Amino acid sequence: MPAYRPPHIASSEITPKNIYLSRRSFIGAAAAAGFGLAASGDAWAAPLNTVPGPYKLSEKLTPKEAVTSYNNFYEFGVNKEDPAQNSGAFKPTPWSVKVEGMVGKPKEFGLDEILKMKLEDRTYRMRCVEGWSMVVPWIGFPLSAILDQVEPLGSAKYVAFETVVRPEEMPGQGGLFQPLPWPYVEGLRMDEARHPLTILAVGLYGETLPNQNGAPIRLVVPWKYGFKSIKSIVKIKLVEEQPQTTWKNSNAREYGFYSNVNPAVDHPRWSQATEQRIGEGGFFGTKRVDTLPFNGYANEVASLYSGMDLKANY
Amino acid sequence: MASLAAAIPALPRRYHAASIWALYVVGLCPAAWYFYQAATGGLGFNPVKTFEHLLGIWALRLIIATLAITPLRDLFGINWVRYRRALGLLAFYYVLMHFSVYLLLDLQLNFAAVGGDIAKRPYITIGFAALLLLIPLAVTSNNWSIRKMGQGWIRLHKLIYLIAIGGAVHYVLAVKSVTSGPFTHIALIGILVAYRLIRRPLLNWKRARRQPAQAAR
Repeated sequence: MPAYRPPHIASSEITPKNIYLSRRSFIGAAAAAGFGLAASGDAWAAPLNTVPGPYKLSEKLTPKEAVTSYNNFYEFGVNKEDPAQNSGAFKPTPWSVKVEGMVGKPKEFGLDEILKMKLEDRTYRMRCVEGWSMVVPWIGFPLSAILDQVEPLGSAKYVAFETVVRPEEMPGQGGLFQPLPWPYVEGLRMDEARHPLTILAVGLYGETLPNQNGAPIRLVVPWKYGFKSIKSIVKIKLVEEQPQTTWKNSNAREYGFYSNVNPAVDHPRWSQATEQRIGEGGFFGTKRVDTLPFNGYANEVASLYSGMDLKANY
Repeated sequence: MASLAAAIPALPRRYHAASIWALYVVGLCPAAWYFYQAATGGLGFNPVKTFEHLLGIWALRLIIATLAITPLRDLFGINWVRYRRALGLLAFYYVLMHFSVYLLLDLQLNFAAVGGDIAKRPYITIGFAALLLLIPLAVTSNNWSIRKMGQGWIRLHKLIYLIAIGGAVHYVLAVKSVTSGPFTHIALIGILVAYRLIRRPLLNWKRARRQPAQAAR
C-alpha cells in the first residue's frame, strides 16, 4: 500500500495571517456589495445570559424570522426587507454610548460595560404607527439603570437620543433621495424615560441584536409607536426643553412628540383602531386584532398622562 | 427625431393582432407571478400588503404606458396606438385587483372599515374615485362604443388624465416618505399629463416649421 505523501505547499501559497483574519470584513463587504447576505460584523452575534424580567405576556411570540426580516430602519433603506439585506457591512463593535447634558457625572459607556448590566428578558408588544404589530422577546435593562449612574440634575426634564451616522455602512444614509434628515433623533419626558417599562435592549430571542434590529443597543418603549424606539444609539443627552424628534420634524401634523399607541386617535391618513399581526395567518388569513390604548400597557402608564388631552398631544 | 422610429423594425401587419394578445398575456404575468409568490411565502412576512402595493404600482406603470403612446407618436414617430386599449384595460384590471386584495385579504370584507376608510381617508377616497372613473372607460373601450359615441368618446376618455393624477396623489399620500420609487412614478405621470397642455402649440409649431421647407422644395 503506497504511503500517503502530503502535497508540498510553498510558503508563498499560504495566506498571510492579516489577510486570513480580515476574511470577515471581506464577507461583510461582499454582502454589502449585493450578495444580500446578512452577515453581522465581528464577534457581535452571541447568546446572552439573562434573568427573567417583570411584565409577563401570554401572547404568541412573532417568529424570529419575521422579527429579523420585516423592519423599518430607514438608515438601511425604506423597504421592509432592506434593513436585513443592507446591514451586512454595519459594525456594531466597537461601540460606546455617550450620556451627557444636565447630569452630575457625564459618562461614556463602552459596550463591554453595557453587556455587564443585569440583562432581563422583556417580552413586549411592538406596535408600528403603520398599523402592524409584533410580539418580541427583547433582552435589555431599564434605561433608568444608566440614568442613575450619571446622576441627573433636577433641571433635566427630558432625555434626547441620537442614532449613529455612518453612510459608508448604512446605505440609506447616502444617495440622492434621503427619506429623513440624519442623525435620527428621538426623545422622552423624564418620567417616561425612568418608567420601569422603558428599556435599553441589546438582544432579542436569546441573542445579541441583529444589525437590522438596531444593534448593538436600542431603546424599547412598548406603549409608544415603534418609531419612538430609536435604534443603534450613540448619544443620550439629558435636557431641559422638549427635544427634537425626527418624525415630528418631518411631519408634525402626522407624528407627535408623545406618539402613544391610541386606537381612538387616528393617523390623519389611516385608522389606528386595528393592527395586523406580522407572521401570523399568512396570505389568506391575515390576522387583525384590535389596538389597545397604550398598546395594552394602560395600567402601567396611563397615570403618566392624567389630565392631558391625548387628542392634542398625539 | 423620427430616426428613432426608423431604428425600430416595423412589425408586419399580419402580426398586429397576435402582438396585442401577447401584450395582454405578458401584462398579466406580474400579477400571476406575485400571486404565486405571495401564496407560497415568497413575498415576505406581510404578503397581503406587499401584493396589494405591487398591484397598485403596476397599475400606475400601465397608466404611464397608456399616457406615453401619444407623445411617442408625436415626438418620435413611433405608432403604437394599437396597444393603447390593451394597456388601458390592463391598468383597469390591476386597479380592480389592487382594490380586491384590499377588500378581501387586507380588510377581510369588513365593510364598516372599508366604508370608513373611503369616507375618512383622503388617499383611499381618491383611489376609490379613480377606480370608479375607470369603469366607464373600460366599458366603452370596444370598437362599437367608439363608433357609436364619436366625439363623446374622445371627451369621456379624457378622464384618464384625471385618473392618472388621482393615482399619483393616492400613491404620494399612501407612503410615509416620497423616495426615489414613488418620485419616479409621480414625475412620469406629471410630465405625461403636462405634455397634453403643450401638445397643441407644439404640433402647430412643428407643422409650421415643416411647411415653409416643403414650399421651398
